[in-house]
Amino acid sequence: MTTMTDPHQGSFRLSMLIYDSRYRSMTIQIVALIGFLTLIGWLISNTAQNLITLGKEPSFGFMLEPAGYDINQRLLDYDSQDSHLRAALIGLLNTLLVAVMGCLAATVIGVVVGVLRLSKNWIVSRLMAVYVEGFRNVPVLLWIVFAMAILIETLPPPNAFRGENPEATMKLGETVAVTNRGIYIPEPLFSRGIGDAHVFGDTSLRFDVSLDLIALASVFIAGLLISGLINRRANATQNATGVRPTVWYWRLAVVVLPTAILLWVLGCHMGYPELKGFNFKGGTHMRNSLIALWAALSLYTAAFIAEIVRAGILAVSKGQTEAANALGIRPNKTMSLVVLPQALRVIIPPLISNYLNLTKNSSLAIAVGYMDITGTLGGITLNQTGRELETLLMLMLCYLIISLTISGVMNWYNESVKLKER
Amino acid sequence: MKKTVFLGALTVAGLAAGASAAATLDDVKARGKLNCGVTTGLVGFAAPDANGHWDGFDVGVCRAVAAAVLGDAEAVEFVPTTGKTRFTALASGEIDMLARNTTWTLSRDVDLKFTFVGVNYYDGQGFMVPKGLGVSSAKELDGATVCIQTGTTTELNLADFFRANNMSYEPVPIETNAEAQQQYLAGACDVYTTDASGLAATRATFEAPADHVLLPEIISKEPLGPLVRHGDNEWGDVVRWTLNALISAEELGITSANIGELGAAAGDNPEVNRILGTEGNLGEMLGLDAGWAKAAIMAGGNYGELFEKNIGENTPIALSRGLNAQWQDGGLIYSPPFR
Ligand SMILES: N[C@@H](CCC(=O)N[C@@H](CS)C(=O)NCC(=O)O)C(=O)O
Repeated sequence: MTTMTDPHQGSFRLSMLIYDSRYRSMTIQIVALIGFLTLIGWLISNTAQNLITLGKEPSFGFMLEPAGYDINQRLLDYDSQDSHLRAALIGLLNTLLVAVMGCLAATVIGVVVGVLRLSKNWIVSRLMAVYVEGFRNVPVLLWIVFAMAILIETLPPPNAFRGENPEATMKLGETVAVTNRGIYIPEPLFSRGIGDAHVFGDTSLRFDVSLDLIALASVFIAGLLISGLINRRANATQNATGVRPTVWYWRLAVVVLPTAILLWVLGCHMGYPELKGFNFKGGTHMRNSLIALWAALSLYTAAFIAEIVRAGILAVSKGQTEAANALGIRPNKTMSLVVLPQALRVIIPPLISNYLNLTKNSSLAIAVGYMDITGTLGGITLNQTGRELETLLMLMLCYLIISLTISGVMNWYNESVKLKER
Repeated sequence: MKKTVFLGALTVAGLAAGASAAATLDDVKARGKLNCGVTTGLVGFAAPDANGHWDGFDVGVCRAVAAAVLGDAEAVEFVPTTGKTRFTALASGEIDMLARNTTWTLSRDVDLKFTFVGVNYYDGQGFMVPKGLGVSSAKELDGATVCIQTGTTTELNLADFFRANNMSYEPVPIETNAEAQQQYLAGACDVYTTDASGLAATRATFEAPADHVLLPEIISKEPLGPLVRHGDNEWGDVVRWTLNALISAEELGITSANIGELGAAAGDNPEVNRILGTEGNLGEMLGLDAGWAKAAIMAGGNYGELFEKNIGENTPIALSRGLNAQWQDGGLIYSPPFR
């Protein structure tokens, strides 16, 4: 049997690398690899050479110099004397913030629109089609700038809230201020708080963790666990005796009471925004750059997600719905228990790439002055230090890591909802 | 040890740069066009008019250089740059020179590796507020929202100023003057800060300029001037001396009105003769023809004429000469001698 394909040992000639189909593909691949590596090597050495000729050897030392500029939206403490590294970190957190908010909002809107597009109601499905086409077919940069222009031009400046007969007033019982610099909402404060834990000392990566929040979270989670225990006990009693003891008030109490008591002990109260000087002070400030970017990115990406959801639902064979109906399952239960879980398998892979797109599109933030990592590291730092190559490499690395993390997490989720063959 | 290696590398780099420096002058001549980086639009300094023809004080410098090198003030390709893109554009060779309200600083010279060939406007950073805000000093701006252009010295000065005065502020970073103007006029920021000349130029385009005031504080020195890449000194000389020719022309009374007459034949002022090429070989030394400075001055007039026409007291921008008067008149504008 083996005689036909047995290669002639020992009679190898060089030309066989090209003419012998057994070796040819290997040869081509190796040549291509060598060519590719040479090209990369040439690019790197050429860049390095040119930089040295310009007198700019690549170096990352500048990242520890004081940045010198201020950043408006800071999730961690920062001032202009902090290092460029710290500024980059602040920018990175801003990128992550808008990316996470955007992905959540885009998913919610996208699923709703995608389902509604399949609605039997003609007007609803048409309206959704108009939304999808409108957002998909206009570049996202325009939506971002447009959203910002609307916020700036239509909302009142803080000035308008001043005086005896102000042109504008605060909303929701004087607790929320909607201005063309952003929205100020009340924030929880602790008058008897136990302070913050400082992590990483004085380095560029330092951050504070609110001990109040940790305490609250631990008490809350402990409550949930105990409530779970009570439930388990009730189940056991039910299994043993056939009578289920009424425990819902116990379960509620162990979660709510300790948390409420702790809130009271910590002196939790709401801090309301108030017009002081040029701006509103107090409360949480959601800048309009964040709102505009968030809204535009979510609405834009949601249009794509809606199409993916629609396709996913349509991909589930009609027989499934009919079978569910035949079993007497009600239509909305059919949707949530039969159709959507199967549709998820089709939906998730393209959903990942839309999350990645949203994250990368958030780099357009500077168009509305949102200080994301492109604005800090790839913008002001690049510009003030003239380190184009270094900053851009770091920037690319950051986006790469974020993207790989998102795909990693989503792929893991995909594995878990995948059709399991048993 | 580390330092010497670094210095050694720098020297080698410097030598290499000197040796391999691209001859920008030859490139420009071969191309027949000067690529000049300007603003994205700041009326009076650099902005295209309704017909797309660029005009302004900085544009005047570009045109003078084009006229000196190519004999044609129109042979300029204007490349609009933002505060952020300008240096990359220059370093990468996309533009031959930059004339964009750019402040001469040590780090831009030494670290970013650009040669500032002179100063065409001595400026400082100011603040503009709406009159209705009732603010009369920058020291009253604690807590204000401030519009700034990113990638400028402005944002660094601003951080320093507020820090030094123990005040807080909310920066709104913006890429171009046009966007800053939009946000400022809509009240999305209380204050707009940039070079005082830029503020005056911006205010001049408002519907009601009188409703806005410049605060008295000038918080920095902003010597604005044209710049070129390090490593091509010949080209730097051409741009430097073109600017100096415009300045000397004003000092010596050479104007676009009398230049035809003065340049026709050697007169009795030897420096005028040397500038206009009727005597000596200054042009040849620069690698240009004898009429280089004459062409440069004819492109838009001498320094004073450029000033008056674009940003002077009779324009809507209405800047007085102040520091930018000739040295004999008490200003800082001073050209080294032509000899
Ligand atoms: N002189 C400062 C600021 C330069 C600057 O950005 N100036 C503004 C206004 S004076 C400008 O030219 N804007 C025009 C544009 O947006 O293109 C610097 O060199 O960093």
